[in-house]
Amino acid sequence: MTAQSGMPARLEVRGVSKRFPGVLANDRVDFAVAPGEIHALLGENGAGKSTLVKIIYGVLHPDEGSLHWNGAAVQVADPHAARALGIGMVFQHFSLFEAMTVLENVALGMDRPGNMTALAQRVREVSQAYGLPLDPDRDVYTLSVGERQRIEIVRCLLQSPKLLIMDEPTSVLTPQEVGRLFETLRQLASEGVSILYISHKLEEIKQLCDRATILRGGRVVAACDPKAETAKSMAQMMIGAELKTVTRRAAVPRDDRGTGEARLVVEGLSLASEAVHGTDLKNVSFAVRAGEIFGVAGVAGNGQNELLMALSGESLADHETVVRIDGTAAGRSDAGARRRLGLCAVPEERNGHAAVPGMSLVENAILSGHHRMELVSSLFIRAGAAARFAAAIVQAFDVRTPGTGVAAGSLSGGNLQKFVVGREILQNPKVLVVSQPTWGVDAGAAAAIHQALSDLAAEGVAVLVVSQDLDELLAITDRLAVINVGVLSSAMVTREASVEEIGLLMGGVHGLDSAVAGKEAAHVA
Amino acid sequence: MSPSPAAFRIEARPEIPRNLLYATPLLAVVLTVIAGFFIFLAMGYDPFLSLYHFFVSPLLTVYGLSELMVKAAPLIMIGVGLAVGFRANVWNIGAEGQLTVGAVAGGVVALAFWGEEGALTLPLMCLAGVAGGMAYAAVPAFLKTRFGVNEILTSLMLTYVATLFLSALVYGPLKDPLGFGFPQSRMFGDAALLPLLVEGTRLHLGTALALAIAVAGWVLMTFTIVGFQVRVLGQAPLAARFAGFNASRIVWFCLLLSGGLAGLAGTFEVAGPIGQLIPEISPGYGFTAIIVAFLGRLHPLGIILSGLLMALSYIGGEVAQVEVGLPQAVTGVFQGLLLFFLLASDFLVRYRIRRRTPVAPAAGAAPAAE
Repeated sequence: MTAQSGMPARLEVRGVSKRFPGVLANDRVDFAVAPGEIHALLGENGAGKSTLVKIIYGVLHPDEGSLHWNGAAVQVADPHAARALGIGMVFQHFSLFEAMTVLENVALGMDRPGNMTALAQRVREVSQAYGLPLDPDRDVYTLSVGERQRIEIVRCLLQSPKLLIMDEPTSVLTPQEVGRLFETLRQLASEGVSILYISHKLEEIKQLCDRATILRGGRVVAACDPKAETAKSMAQMMIGAELKTVTRRAAVPRDDRGTGEARLVVEGLSLASEAVHGTDLKNVSFAVRAGEIFGVAGVAGNGQNELLMALSGESLADHETVVRIDGTAAGRSDAGARRRLGLCAVPEERNGHAAVPGMSLVENAILSGHHRMELVSSLFIRAGAAARFAAAIVQAFDVRTPGTGVAAGSLSGGNLQKFVVGREILQNPKVLVVSQPTWGVDAGAAAAIHQALSDLAAEGVAVLVVSQDLDELLAITDRLAVINVGVLSSAMVTREASVEEIGLLMGGVHGLDSAVAGKEAAHVA
Repeated sequence: MSPSPAAFRIEARPEIPRNLLYATPLLAVVLTVIAGFFIFLAMGYDPFLSLYHFFVSPLLTVYGLSELMVKAAPLIMIGVGLAVGFRANVWNIGAEGQLTVGAVAGGVVALAFWGEEGALTLPLMCLAGVAGGMAYAAVPAFLKTRFGVNEILTSLMLTYVATLFLSALVYGPLKDPLGFGFPQSRMFGDAALLPLLVEGTRLHLGTALALAIAVAGWVLMTFTIVGFQVRVLGQAPLAARFAGFNASRIVWFCLLLSGGLAGLAGTFEVAGPIGQLIPEISPGYGFTAIIVAFLGRLHPLGIILSGLLMALSYIGGEVAQVEVGLPQAVTGVFQGLLLFFLLASDFLVRYRIRRRTPVAPAAGAAPAAE
């Protein structure tokens, strides 16, 4: 595959292979990005996208194959060399120092920052030219996630890149912010900058990208024009199989929501965050009824983690009556007591929170399963029962693992996610609270998890899903509310809600708490 | 701009070889012997003869073997208790102090019954010893769980308080009235002494109990939900919270368990080989047990082996002192060498040192990737 005739490709990857112990992460990968092209790199988790991008950015070195930059073969020794060539990268996880200013953070990430006053001027120029408003003197901890991403982008742009790599850039943005980012990227492309765009959000790729290269199992399986494909057809190329759509249950018709009994009731929950730059919860109230899926939308870092901890029992409320599980006041009960009452939870972070990476799957099954699954009798762990429970999870949720004795940390992110979600679902909860249920899992597994949540609700379980993926919430929830700076909006019926309305709430345009919300909205705008 | 990069850098190994993790204690022992060889050589002693007397000759007599067990018993008991705490990231460094308070508590009971001991005296002494050690460990536990005070500092500092407290007692109220003013208590009555297992040696009942305690520790850590909670808290505190495990309770449990076992070991010392209260009860068992715990991989059964090895370093030091004329400090040198080599080989199993390639830029210039 080569670029359009006549002009050499900005970047061409030829026959690149990369082997890790036990895996062939990239298998003779070929693709090319033309100047000014927005090129999507698409694939499931573990398809080899990250490895490929790390090779391009010089973090890893290919075992075989070569990279060609504007037609000439190049060796990218390290990220420094990549930047010298004109390759910039915006990582999914930012590397910013919260206590320092925007300008200091920009300077820290540059090879030759030069004079600070001049740099501040250039930051202003670049941020203005590309519609990325940024005050160089602000402290980073005061900024929203969207603003933080702008720092990373501006930092790249200051080096006048010819190829910009964006790794899952929209996962932390509101719909409005996504729109603005796309404008910036299109402007860059029109100036001749090539963009390599990595994402699993197929609708976005359709909107933004000129071409897409699809990876599966480390190999290029297809190349297509996303605008000519449907999201479904691309997803099928990605997973190499027919994609099952979630069948909605009919047990509780949506119009009958409100008739089921309230299983999880939160009334006036206010909680100071334990984290240094965390978000305090402010007077959060809602109810989740038996048989419904209730969504909490919001941009990351707006109190979702605090809310989840307050529901799971890891943080305790001020009064017992603030949280009621299946009719029982449990605001002061710890996580174990709440599980016994029937509330199971899946926190966002898998490693070290939902699971202990160094422990086996059996031990991780005991971790949260021992309260409800009778895995302990008079202090002794019932090893046989625990092993059977772990095996049942592995089987029911198609967790790919050599066995239940392996360490949880050795599973891929998606497989571990299936395991921790499955572990809670198989405990027959009355209330299930899940954060980011499909974070990092492939399309097939995401569909399976969605189906499981849907089935659970059909059985009469109250399900609460916290997610930053608005599409996910729109697809699976019956009602949803938006959390912003620790304030939860009133709930709306998902079917009747508009993306614009939700987006505005995510950006902080609230009826309530207008002083804080207004200020926050000004930052976002 | 940036300082010139060092010629070497340390990086985590992508995969830690499991079998190597268990081989490191053996490697550390071998390296200690080799280093000892050269130290003896440099000091002008015959290295072969010195090593022979240090490591081999104590094992050749029944008396030597029984002494090995007598010295290993407190190390194993304390090491097992400490290892449970270390698994939970609870760092009780003050076992020496808890041992001392336990010895005082047990000793006071023995002296209170002096002349009228009965069948209950010894069990009461043991209970008092456990209670004393626990009470002393409760101080760092309270400070840690209530105010977040680092238990390493509090437990360590309390050690010196305990030693001085013991001295004050044996120089003062507990001094033997017929002891010609020596700073020591009366000799305990026979019923307040641990029965001997083998006549003619000092091998007492406590040594057998120490082994039983190690096995119980293994059962606790491997098969019970309590041990599970301890391990989860140590490896992933957030996961422990998620599972509903109460971190404060686990901290209390770990400190009370290790304190109680140290206190019991202290009682066994005064009711066993010593037979009275004296200003110096332990040659640093509480501190050496830290090395024992790590050398035994924090595994109760491994701790039996490492406890025996460290006991050998005490006895070997004494034998080498008599036979070859080595200074007594050799024991400390060997224990230190062993810990040093253990930590070093542990480190090198987890990390590797690589030479920088000349083209590599300063690491600080690259923005931290994921």
